[in-house]
Amino acid sequence: MSTAPIRFDPRVLRAPHPVPGAPDNWRRFFTFNTDAKVIGIQYIALALLFLLVGGLLAMIMRGELLTPPADLIDPTVYNGLYTMHGTVMLFLFLFPILNGFNNLLIPPMIGAPDMAFPRLNALAFWMFPLFGVILMASFLVPGGPASSGWWAYPPLSTQNPLGLLVNGQFLWILAVAISGVSSILGAVNFCTTIMRMRAPGMGWFRLPIFCWTALAAQTIQLAGLPVLTAGAVMLLFDLSFGTSFFRPEGGGDPMLYQHFFWFYSHPAVYVMVLPVFGFFSEIFPVYARKPLFGYHVVAIASFGIVLLSLIVWVHHMFTSGTPQWMRHLFMVTTMLIAVPTGIKVFAWLATLWRGKLWLTTAMLFAMGGVFNFIFAGITGVMLATVPVDVHVGNTYFVVGHFHTVIFSTITFGVYAAIYHWFAKFTGRMLYEGLGKVHFLLTFLAAQLNFLPMHWAGLMGMPRRVAAYDPEFALANVLASLGAFLLGVATIPFLLNLVSSWVRGARAPANPWQAIGLEWLLPSPPPAENFEHDVPTVISAPYGYGLGHPLVADQERYEARLQEA
Amino acid sequence: MSDSVSTATGSGATSGPQGSGTPPDRRDPGLDRGAVVLVTLGVGLDLLASRWLMDQVPHWLPPQASTAAPLVDDLFGLEVGIGCFLLLGCTAVMVWTLLFDRTGRYDRDDGEPIEGNLTLEITWTLIPLVLVLLIAWQAIRVNGQLASLGGKVRVAGAAEALRLVGLEGVEEIAAAGGAPGVDAAAGAAAPDHSSALRPAQAGSAAAIAQASERSTAALAAAQRSSPRAAAGATVASPPAGPPPAELGPVVVIARQWSWEFIYPNGVRSGELHLPLNRPVRLRLLSLDVLHGLSIPAFRLRQDVVPGSVIDYRLTPSREGRYRLRDSLFSGAYFAANQTDVVVESEEAFSHWLETALASPLVPNPNLASDLWEQRLRQGNRGWATVAPAAPPLVNAPLDATAPHAG
Repeated sequence: MSTAPIRFDPRVLRAPHPVPGAPDNWRRFFTFNTDAKVIGIQYIALALLFLLVGGLLAMIMRGELLTPPADLIDPTVYNGLYTMHGTVMLFLFLFPILNGFNNLLIPPMIGAPDMAFPRLNALAFWMFPLFGVILMASFLVPGGPASSGWWAYPPLSTQNPLGLLVNGQFLWILAVAISGVSSILGAVNFCTTIMRMRAPGMGWFRLPIFCWTALAAQTIQLAGLPVLTAGAVMLLFDLSFGTSFFRPEGGGDPMLYQHFFWFYSHPAVYVMVLPVFGFFSEIFPVYARKPLFGYHVVAIASFGIVLLSLIVWVHHMFTSGTPQWMRHLFMVTTMLIAVPTGIKVFAWLATLWRGKLWLTTAMLFAMGGVFNFIFAGITGVMLATVPVDVHVGNTYFVVGHFHTVIFSTITFGVYAAIYHWFAKFTGRMLYEGLGKVHFLLTFLAAQLNFLPMHWAGLMGMPRRVAAYDPEFALANVLASLGAFLLGVATIPFLLNLVSSWVRGARAPANPWQAIGLEWLLPSPPPAENFEHDVPTVISAPYGYGLGHPLVADQERYEARLQEA
Repeated sequence: MSDSVSTATGSGATSGPQGSGTPPDRRDPGLDRGAVVLVTLGVGLDLLASRWLMDQVPHWLPPQASTAAPLVDDLFGLEVGIGCFLLLGCTAVMVWTLLFDRTGRYDRDDGEPIEGNLTLEITWTLIPLVLVLLIAWQAIRVNGQLASLGGKVRVAGAAEALRLVGLEGVEEIAAAGGAPGVDAAAGAAAPDHSSALRPAQAGSAAAIAQASERSTAALAAAQRSSPRAAAGATVASPPAGPPPAELGPVVVIARQWSWEFIYPNGVRSGELHLPLNRPVRLRLLSLDVLHGLSIPAFRLRQDVVPGSVIDYRLTPSREGRYRLRDSLFSGAYFAANQTDVVVESEEAFSHWLETALASPLVPNPNLASDLWEQRLRQGNRGWATVAPAAPPLVNAPLDATAPHAG
């Protein structure tokens, strides 16, 4: 190391993650490590790998749907692919990548050296490759992978056509249960860290919004996930050991499973979207050069969403034989979510207003994500409306709606976060030009992919079909072209990530002139962030244009970055 | 609320693009005449565009073939209008900032440090609240008018469901004749599931055909002995009375992967024939897994839940042939599980029912079975699935070639 041509902050060299120029450091990412920043990058890298797997499955499906009959692959294969596409994208891409950002961002943002329970954190992470391998292995077992959809509704999911003990559905449930345990461990860690390890002076209303939303999201995990995990265990017993929790012949009820499933799986969408709201709230002030509009209300609205998210799940079951009064109750609670999310959206727009917009790739993805989210919010209220849901529920309208949420909002937010924080945690700048190509292609492809789905759904095309009536052909051809274009759009992204990390320009400590504790650290930050010199926070975040320092002795921290 | 955003911030409109040299405009926005004109114009355009989009709604939807359809479409149109207004309003704000609040490459100044505005925040909390409550109230009214939900009776499996709708003996004969889907569902524990593969392992279409012939004979015998004269009388009631008598219950049986409709007079059909403008009560039951009864032209959908017998009401209002689809994923040949609804005049319906009554039972054309046979012929490749249940035996089979209107 002493012969390395570049000089480093001596604390950087002690970091157990790659230091630019040190040839052997990349190997550390394949080892068991308790440093939150290493774990964060491990999560994100593996999750991006699974994004490619899930995307590939999607493109095969869209290939099948180019023509009305099921002529490319057998319908059973299609069913397996769509089940695994959903499962991979949710459990192997979005949840892990957001946990990766929790690991990267929470400790530096609050001035903590690491997570509250570093070994628990590493344990939670290493469950991810474990259940990832289990799910991928399910492609190889006799009979193929699970093919009852990511809902795995019984009795279909417990039919077990081959009668084998180890089958695709068995492995799927096992993987989901392990994923649930991993997420609960993570949630305990994130909540404890945010509650107990904030820097001196960082009261609740000096906490960055990302930490607010992460805390809100992880609260949902703690409240909801045990329910899903219990449901998964019962489903496993029904499938493999002949119990009858959900089989009417044995006195069970398939509807019970649907309650267990949606009690968590609807809030799960908020677990994914809340941190993305956090990204938006972090990113807009930086690139609009303005304080976040209505910080206090935006912070509290996160917990408004948490409360409401736990009492809306029956809107997935409006046509399951749910009595009228319950339909009405859950319709109203669902629609009320428009209020706290509306507050956030309007606050972002007001943050942009009369700012000095700096249109970086991160900003473009954030603005594109908010635009898409407004659209998805409107179709969401439509789906919450019982009579409209009776027509469009379980059609491609729903598929279009939730892909606009899951991809065009959440994944856009994840991309924005990658472009915003990549420099901080790798020490290298991403190429803005490739980034803008990536944004442009992704934005156009997403509209082409998901807008026609709404139309197909309004005409009555059911979701999850491997074949369809010819009147839906045009909408499907457009959607398939969009999907293939979306696949193409990831090429500049991957190229950018790899080449920038290998030979991109060295990143300064604060390339975006952002305000926040993480920007008072070198890029990449040393192993224990501020170590024993944790700054004292003296003002609220996002003080752009206000001219007051964020921490006491700010000049000293900034001067130290200059030395390094 | 988009207009309130614009109003409060409208003063930016006159201060123009950044860098024009004028100091930030801090006057009360209400006093700024240029902003008022611009915002009024914007809101007016937004209203016009939303109104125009509402008029496009019928082009996106199938024909309105039930009394429910206009109610649902109006509600949806209302939401399209409100949604379009909000989306355009918010987009206008974003586009405005993109056009006029962008900085130059080397300009790293901060924007105006506006931290909040209580009036504005209260406004944009209340407006969505009022809007969604308005929509919810309207939706609850529509739900009341639709009154599509009937009762729901919990049963312990397929056998009890059939007993409940009075089809016990008949279906059991059919099942004994070799409907693997049926005994997979009615049977219980995991080992029994292997029986679903029996036809596949036997691999002989002849065996299936034989079994199906046996069940045809048995079912026909049962149908002959069933008392359908009384039931037939209610069906053939004259259409004269002003409040048309309810038809039904028509028992709807969902299987992996077929639909079967049994009329009160015992007629079995592969397509659902309904008289125009007459309320009908359907009794939905599934013999295996969850299914969903969805008729897009009627704007109606109801899950069919094993372990429950669910009543559902609707009134067709337009003659024609429409698609009836399975809307809740039910396994391998889910996409093939569709048939037609035929809405016809009272006379045509009575005639159809009479003709069907006199027709012999034949296996309904079944796409899932055809695809399954094809798969077996090609070496049974693909991932695991239960075999399709034997096609239901019907007096009036589906006319698979007739075109549907929606």
